Amino acid sequence: MKQFWHSARLPISLLVALHLAVVLAGFLSPEDPAKQNRKSALLAPMNIHFVDSRSKLHLRPLVTVEGEDRPLRFFVSGSQYRLLGLFRLRTHLFGLDEPSGIHLLGTDEFGRDQFSRVLWGGQISLATGWLAAVISVGLGMLLGLAAGFWGGWRDSVIMRGAELFLALPWLYLLLAVRAFLPLSLSPSATALMLIAVIGVVGWARPARLVRGVALSAKERDYVYAARGFGASAWYLATRHCLPETYSVAATQAALLIPQYILAEVTLSFIGLGVGEPVASWGNLLAPLRQFSIITSAWWMALPALIVVLTSWCFLRLEDALSSPSPRKHECEKMV
Amino acid sequence: MKRRSKTHWAGIAIIVCACASGWAIDLQEELLTTNAAPGRYGGTLVVLQRAEPKTLNPVTALDAPSREVIRRMTADLVSINRATQQTEPGLAKSWTISEDGRVFLLELRRGLHFSDGHPMDTDDVAFTFQVYLDEKVRSPQRDLLMPGGQPVAVEKLDSYRVRFRLAQPYAAAERIFDSVAILPRHLLEPAWRAGKLAEAWNLNTAPSAIAGLGPFRLKEYQPGERIVLEKNPYYWKTSREGNRLPYLDRLEFRFVPAEDTQVLRFISGEADVLNRVSARNFEMLRQDARTKYDQLQDLGPGLEYNFLFFNLGSLDGQRYPEIASRQASFRNLGFRQAIAAAVDRDAIVKLVYGGRATPLWGHVTPGNRLWGNAALPKQPQSFDRARQLLRAAGFRWNSEQQLLDASLKRVEFSILVSSSSPERVKMATLIQDDLKTLGIQAQVVSLEFRALLDRVLNSREYEACILGLVSGDTDPNPEMNVWLSSGGSHLWNPGQKEPMTAWEGEVDKLMRQQMTTLDYARRKSLYDRVQQIAAENLPLICLASPNILVAARKDLGNFQPAILDHYTLWNVEQLYWRTPRGVSSSPKESRP
Repeated sequence: MKQFWHSARLPISLLVALHLAVVLAGFLSPEDPAKQNRKSALLAPMNIHFVDSRSKLHLRPLVTVEGEDRPLRFFVSGSQYRLLGLFRLRTHLFGLDEPSGIHLLGTDEFGRDQFSRVLWGGQISLATGWLAAVISVGLGMLLGLAAGFWGGWRDSVIMRGAELFLALPWLYLLLAVRAFLPLSLSPSATALMLIAVIGVVGWARPARLVRGVALSAKERDYVYAARGFGASAWYLATRHCLPETYSVAATQAALLIPQYILAEVTLSFIGLGVGEPVASWGNLLAPLRQFSIITSAWWMALPALIVVLTSWCFLRLEDALSSPSPRKHECEKMV
Repeated sequence: MKRRSKTHWAGIAIIVCACASGWAIDLQEELLTTNAAPGRYGGTLVVLQRAEPKTLNPVTALDAPSREVIRRMTADLVSINRATQQTEPGLAKSWTISEDGRVFLLELRRGLHFSDGHPMDTDDVAFTFQVYLDEKVRSPQRDLLMPGGQPVAVEKLDSYRVRFRLAQPYAAAERIFDSVAILPRHLLEPAWRAGKLAEAWNLNTAPSAIAGLGPFRLKEYQPGERIVLEKNPYYWKTSREGNRLPYLDRLEFRFVPAEDTQVLRFISGEADVLNRVSARNFEMLRQDARTKYDQLQDLGPGLEYNFLFFNLGSLDGQRYPEIASRQASFRNLGFRQAIAAAVDRDAIVKLVYGGRATPLWGHVTPGNRLWGNAALPKQPQSFDRARQLLRAAGFRWNSEQQLLDASLKRVEFSILVSSSSPERVKMATLIQDDLKTLGIQAQVVSLEFRALLDRVLNSREYEACILGLVSGDTDPNPEMNVWLSSGGSHLWNPGQKEPMTAWEGEVDKLMRQQMTTLDYARRKSLYDRVQQIAAENLPLICLASPNILVAARKDLGNFQPAILDHYTLWNVEQLYWRTPRGVSSSPKESRP
């Protein structure tokens, strides 16, 4: 356990910070993510500094807006948002005096604040990642356990099904699903639905792994012993085999979440993900399809760093979870 | 030394023979002398295409890449000069039109040859029209050759004169002959008789089995990579000095799907011409040190018009109850006027096209110099006017400033856009934000283009949509399909049996009338009225027309891009390299 914590400390703390920031997006972001400011499209990021243009030092941080130094204000009142989806608030952690906007990561082609959009976009992107992973792993555990523990024709049916799903080209499936979804569905609901489809389609890989674990678990001596004492199949499956699969499931989840975040990015990149004006990380990266944006507005690529960082954290976590399995150690000691 | 002089004499003999035979042909040939500036022979021009051509058959080709290649290999009797937008002689050296506008007498140039050396005469012309009009061949141009629903009757008078009879006068007159490629009867008649013309001249056909009257002929096709055309030695146009065109030895189309990749290829020198560049990339080319001295031209507004439209068709209310219930608002003229007033066209021009576009209030763009109605009102964005219009049309706002319709339901709808057009997605995002100010909730739904068209034209399961149309000609006739209520491209309510509204009925009448009116001024006033009705009733809320932006290498001579398709290659026979160029940079060049 100590070893696990040692290698997972950094990714876990980063992930916690990231999730917190995303959950508190409304409070931390200075602007409404959908608010267009057509006069300030594609503005470069603003620098926070303490020395003004006359070389005078200030305690309060400054930003330069249209050649003028403006003081950064804290706990300012701004656009209304819902914190945690419940409380209607207007207080933002920082901002400028009206009417100027502060753009720490610049603005996009409509003059919307990129920093606010990255935070708000995380809500959709992380939610889709988690949701799809939970669906995949949940289904995978259920079906994998059924296949591995009960075996026989169930095993054949489920495993052939898994092979079928592994061979399914999910991108085309999504294009078809997107074409048939009702138009009145809100952008976030559409995105969640598409990701749920990816999640459902992705059960096969975890199911195969869980089946393997279940196959070996049901042959263990203590399982035979329990069976000898008259334990029911359901009891054996849920009490003895299922816990054995937890570490595999956790590893799979840590592996799948970044994959599904990338799936959302892919979908948005080809223009079929979350609809405007809702922000998502994929949506924020979509303008990079245009070569001219990469060359003339470099800050538009910054959201890619967040996606990379998140993926790296999850993959480090997966690494820590999979090698060496702490639970296996305990089992070996017991034997 | 001896051997050398032998080859020398042999060479001279060949040249003398060639000149003699050339002279013999020249005596009979009636070539067309263009006013092309004198150029120099040789070189290859590399052009990029978004997709591979699907066929090389001029009769059945539908897609733009196919037509782009085919047009360089074929020629028509009369063609529209892309620069002047007027007709000029092609294979026909002259023509007369009867007073009632129904009979055309065309006289062909004598002594012309197809690119395989076979002579061309009126038999080929008659055969061509027979094929285009054959119902079984299903040519997309067939409808255009049937004014008044009756096919054009073609009559061969002798080897060089041919008479065309129309069932009713056709206002666009000789423009009808533009883009009807004259086919070689000796090559295609067997296929047509066997009922296999549609399959003839596909991409697997040997170059020797394909011949046309265009400046170039097929040399080779490499699937997924390129199609190479070579100079047609029998081409019938000459420069001002009498030098036979084309100047270029080869024309090479390479397939590069994305615009950005095309631009990169142009920057790196792998391509010589870009037929269409987006505003952002154009700006980038102007700034890049490697391309800023090239010929980067902004030709001003083209013929493309982008617009927002609502589903005004009669829907199966049981199948789509929600859309049907919202149609009451869409059909309300005040509602459409309010939307048109709320749209910030200047923001579209600035943010979507980087300023390289023109805001539109009618469907005829300023690029169309002959037919635009200058009297249409051009009202700037005004939320106040939009609110007034909505109030007058029976709409209300609730306490949260959300717009409610007459039945007190919140006004919301979805706007379809094609995911492959970043420009239209951006327009939708801007309009969505404008409508939010009015309290209308609009959902932007980007769909794959075919899925979008299927919804608009077939299932009709949509509420609003942003599309663009581009006409191949400035004349109003190619727009018939859009404005006739029975037309397949009458997007807001296609294929009506009877016009559903009075104004659509009037437009039908005016459009049919202009089609048979020969006098330009009279015709213009009819079409002006159509534009006025359209601007008053707003079936299409016009948004903007992008400028045509093109690029070509600095030393490409006679480069005269135009706003009519094909923007850059329409005068390909006159293009030449000012400085001698080495053989194309392709590594596969040296292969036998």
